[in-house]
Amino acid sequence: MSRLTRAAWLYMAVVVTAAVLLLAHVLVQAMAGGQDYLLSRALLVLAVLFMICDSSPTTLTSRQSAWSPSSAATLAAVVLLGPGGAALVGATSLISLRRGGLRERAFNGAMYALSAYASGEAYLALGGHIGVPRPGLFPGIILPFAAAAAVHVAVNHGLLWSMLLLLPPSGASLQRGRLDLHLSLLLVSDLGYATLGLLIAALWHLVGPFAAVLVLIPLFVARWAMGQFAAQEGAYSATMAALCQAVETKDFYTRGHSERVSRGATLLARQIGMGAERVEAIRYAGMLHDVGKLGVPTKVLQKTGPLTEEELAAIQLHPMRGLEIVRQIGFLTEALDGIMHHHERMDGKGYPMGLAGDEIPEFARVIAVADAFDSMTSTRSYRGARSVGEAVAELRKCSGMQFDPVLVDAFIAALAQGRWDSQAAGQPPPAALPGDFPAQVAAQDHDDPTAPLRVVESR
Amino acid sequence: MTTQRHLARQPGWQSIDSGQLLLVILAGVLLVAAVAQTAAAGLVQPRDALAFGALIALGELLRLSLPGDREAAPIGSAGALGYALAVRVGTLPALQPALQVVAVTAVGMIVGALPHLAAGRPAGVGGMASRLLAVAFVAMAFRPLAHLALIDRHMWLRLAVMAVLIVAGWLAECVIKGLIRADALRARFVVSLADELRIQVPLGAAVGASAMLIALATEAMGLVALALLIAPLLVTQTAFRRYAGIRSTYLQTVRALARVTEVGGYVEDGHSYRVGQLAVAVGRELGMSEPDLLELEYAALMHDIGQLSLADPIPGGATVLASPEDQERIAGLGASVIEQAGVLGGVAEIVRRQSQPWRGSDGEPPIGSRIIRAANAFDDLVGGSPDRDRSAAALERLRLDTAAEYDPGVVEALTKVTGRWYPGRL
Repeated sequence: MSRLTRAAWLYMAVVVTAAVLLLAHVLVQAMAGGQDYLLSRALLVLAVLFMICDSSPTTLTSRQSAWSPSSAATLAAVVLLGPGGAALVGATSLISLRRGGLRERAFNGAMYALSAYASGEAYLALGGHIGVPRPGLFPGIILPFAAAAAVHVAVNHGLLWSMLLLLPPSGASLQRGRLDLHLSLLLVSDLGYATLGLLIAALWHLVGPFAAVLVLIPLFVARWAMGQFAAQEGAYSATMAALCQAVETKDFYTRGHSERVSRGATLLARQIGMGAERVEAIRYAGMLHDVGKLGVPTKVLQKTGPLTEEELAAIQLHPMRGLEIVRQIGFLTEALDGIMHHHERMDGKGYPMGLAGDEIPEFARVIAVADAFDSMTSTRSYRGARSVGEAVAELRKCSGMQFDPVLVDAFIAALAQGRWDSQAAGQPPPAALPGDFPAQVAAQDHDDPTAPLRVVESR
Repeated sequence: MTTQRHLARQPGWQSIDSGQLLLVILAGVLLVAAVAQTAAAGLVQPRDALAFGALIALGELLRLSLPGDREAAPIGSAGALGYALAVRVGTLPALQPALQVVAVTAVGMIVGALPHLAAGRPAGVGGMASRLLAVAFVAMAFRPLAHLALIDRHMWLRLAVMAVLIVAGWLAECVIKGLIRADALRARFVVSLADELRIQVPLGAAVGASAMLIALATEAMGLVALALLIAPLLVTQTAFRRYAGIRSTYLQTVRALARVTEVGGYVEDGHSYRVGQLAVAVGRELGMSEPDLLELEYAALMHDIGQLSLADPIPGGATVLASPEDQERIAGLGASVIEQAGVLGGVAEIVRRQSQPWRGSDGEPPIGSRIIRAANAFDDLVGGSPDRDRSAAALERLRLDTAAEYDPGVVEALTKVTGRWYPGRL
């Protein structure tokens, strides 16, 4: 949230002002009505619980407020203290120990105060009882509580998502991608944590504030596991990228190719509206698409003259060898199909199977476009890097014969929207690593549609 | 495939061996006694028994795999412990005797395990047996106390007794699992117990706290609490499942990508996999802990990745025959590849120093490097061949080099490990 658009500023001002007015109203009412919850132990304990939940960092999404178990505290406050107390508990997000600027804190505090108050009103509207619930109230209390939880989730996410939509496009789209991926988990965990709120309230007459401690333990374990998951996922993708780069060290000119094809394929996949999980799979498939090239003898890759039939066959085998390597990874089968068929052509003249049109798996068609585009916009030993415009023209020319026309159009549209970082593409080959062996230079590129592999004419 | 052939004799975790058999028999006897006693005496408060049994069955159905081929059923364990620790359900006292708790738990587990069997997955009898024993321990200790006036009236005392029993039951379960694992994998008991404790702490804490929540919440709300608690328990379980899932994908990916050196013709088929297996077995023999073994396995799998930077493969791919300078260069290049990932610092260090002799000028290399150096040399000399004379000759050659090149402790462990894989060798 470094730069805000004017709309975002306005939106934030409205949300914060509404929350301030609400809190003022709550305080005035509480004092005038002689309600003693302002000094109660419950308010203090729940506010502390809320702050603990809200302060501990999580790396699940780029915005931790999207996945905060603190709703357990606000919803317990709804039952024990009513909407006003819940709003006060939610507002403590303003002073939580989490890092973040005043702007972010103000927005979070306002968001939680508003959603807590709204859920409290929903609870009351459906006949919920305020105060420590006795066993006789169950299971009747569950319906109003469920309504309160649903309202809390809806208002909280509604306010947050509207904010994300107003943020500058690059950041927002990135965050939206991450959020999509975990959306189902988010909703389930929000409802799960809401239930803990009811538990805290219900256990209050048995064990008092100790209920909060019992609830916190599994909750923090879950957060720990999520943190471990995120750390492992990051390590996983870094390791994969490093290994793919190692495979590319054979040829200077293709360094960074896997990484860029992966980004191009991801871009195109998002453009045609693939779901988050498939986008993730195609990211890895793009990275690994040429791993089988390692099975092609170096002298074939470096050959300057036309290739013999056998040498061509060796090159054409690389998707199969790639498949052989990655098959044992617990991947989506779609990603495997993408790796195996990324050199098929729409007119059926590709390899290794000669599939045509819709027979070619979607992943393979996506990777084919990104693969050719990166090959053309990168420097090769036999030619310089082409401009994006030239590459686009070439993609158009081959559209329908080599590439899926729908995907070519989508890719060009994505490029036109400025989503491709042209800085990364088309750069001269990177300097050698210290202690590196002399660079090998391939004289031909099997990915380049403008310079097809030359084969010795058979007699 | 030659890769797996000589490894197949290594006892797998899923196969029933002596220690596990004993455990299963013990749990079976307990199960029969509990069911017989409950059937004879009649089910006390059958509605509660049914509700808790259903929760336990659900938990068993939603079993969780943890890193290192472990299995847990956190929801089922929490439900069973909650049943053992319940003092009241709603306003009525909970009167189930300890053996009824055992019987309900066992039946619930079996019902929940049936779908796994039907789907062709392993039944996981050993895991179920150790979970049942832990529950039985807590139930037998707590049920007689449940209605003492002291426990009933003093909530803090009750909470303390519950917490102590849960921790004791958890420790007992870890000891049982550690014993079985040490037996099955031929690890040292102290090491496997420490591994078990480390891995089970987070989940154990969550299960223990949830069990107390279940016991207290059924008192505050009645049986409806069980339905309500499923949601937060599922959240914890889902988080663990994702964590375990990415860990296993990570390992699979490194195993798969390590094979690029084979496809590229740099090393013999199956070399990385065999060196990985051999290194882990030797490391275990030497008493390395599980996190260290994982690091060792990554390093062993990727130990030849530096060869990718060679213009042409070394003839036969055997680095043991390459010149010391080449060996060092390959190791250094491999380490810099791994360093680029930025996450496997320890692994990069192990790979970098694998080329150094045991008594070199740079001091003693880390234990992982010494193990990989020996395992790599052994596999370069023997390959996937099951011929035990070849293996004996290779070991002899390594032993002759222990003055400077190979760590004698590592070579001795290697001899023991390969002796188990090639039975009958002197």
